[in-house]
Amino acid sequence: MLFVLAAVCAVLLSVNLYKIFMILPDEANQGAIYRIVYVHVPAIFTGFTGFFIALGASAAYLITGKLKYDAFAAAVTEVALAFATIVLATGMIWGRIIWGIWWAWDARLTTMLACWLIYAGYLMLRRAIDEPTQRARLSAVVSIFGCVDILIVWKSIEWWRTQHPAPVLSVRDGGGMGPGMEAPIYWNWLAFMCLAAILVIVRTRQERMAREIDSLRRMAHAY
Amino acid sequence: MIDARNFTYMFYGFAAAFVILVVYVVSLALREHKLRSEIDRVRRMVEQSEKKI
Repeated sequence: MLFVLAAVCAVLLSVNLYKIFMILPDEANQGAIYRIVYVHVPAIFTGFTGFFIALGASAAYLITGKLKYDAFAAAVTEVALAFATIVLATGMIWGRIIWGIWWAWDARLTTMLACWLIYAGYLMLRRAIDEPTQRARLSAVVSIFGCVDILIVWKSIEWWRTQHPAPVLSVRDGGGMGPGMEAPIYWNWLAFMCLAAILVIVRTRQERMAREIDSLRRMAHAY
Repeated sequence: MIDARNFTYMFYGFAAAFVILVVYVVSLALREHKLRSEIDRVRRMVEQSEKKI
């Protein structure tokens, strides 16, 4: 399974990078730097997809009380946070050229930073609590609240006047990209989702191993 | 000059994404290694406790 996903991811990324660098022309106003959008947007789609999956897993834990859902939510959140970090880093590099500054405290950037901090806080909370059921219950609540911020991040460029560009994708009635320039964004999203799936599988296995260590330790102390 | 900087920063953008992913993958690999050796250690501990009994 892992090898199939890795192969699909490698093929997709190779084809996409070839298209992005060798076929697509520079954007009329921004030049070459616009190509960062092919990492920035797929990374945020992957990150937000991960956070919503974690929301589902957290809700499943609260309903059923099964720790496997909590472990899965933790794994997905950690991987999604890595993609959210890519979003912030690539956005800052793009802003340095287009705006002349690394950071602007506008609504989109600030809510995205808040989102990153909420989920980083989620992972720190998990490290701070030793008791498994209490840790699972509290982190599930943080995960569910965190998703509210995702909706604010998503709508922020419509609700407030921001320095961040308005929607450009046709799915959001943007239509600001030239023909053929939009498709690689979705293909890269698919490639990133394959990569994220690999990382989540590995991370979930590690959560299982950590649980096994806990039960072995309890067994050793019982003797 | 602006075009050259534009191209350089595009490279930085892709490089930053790549570096973040590589750092995360390396941290996962290190964690996996640590967990495996911890499991082996605790299993040995359980076996020794069982032998004593």
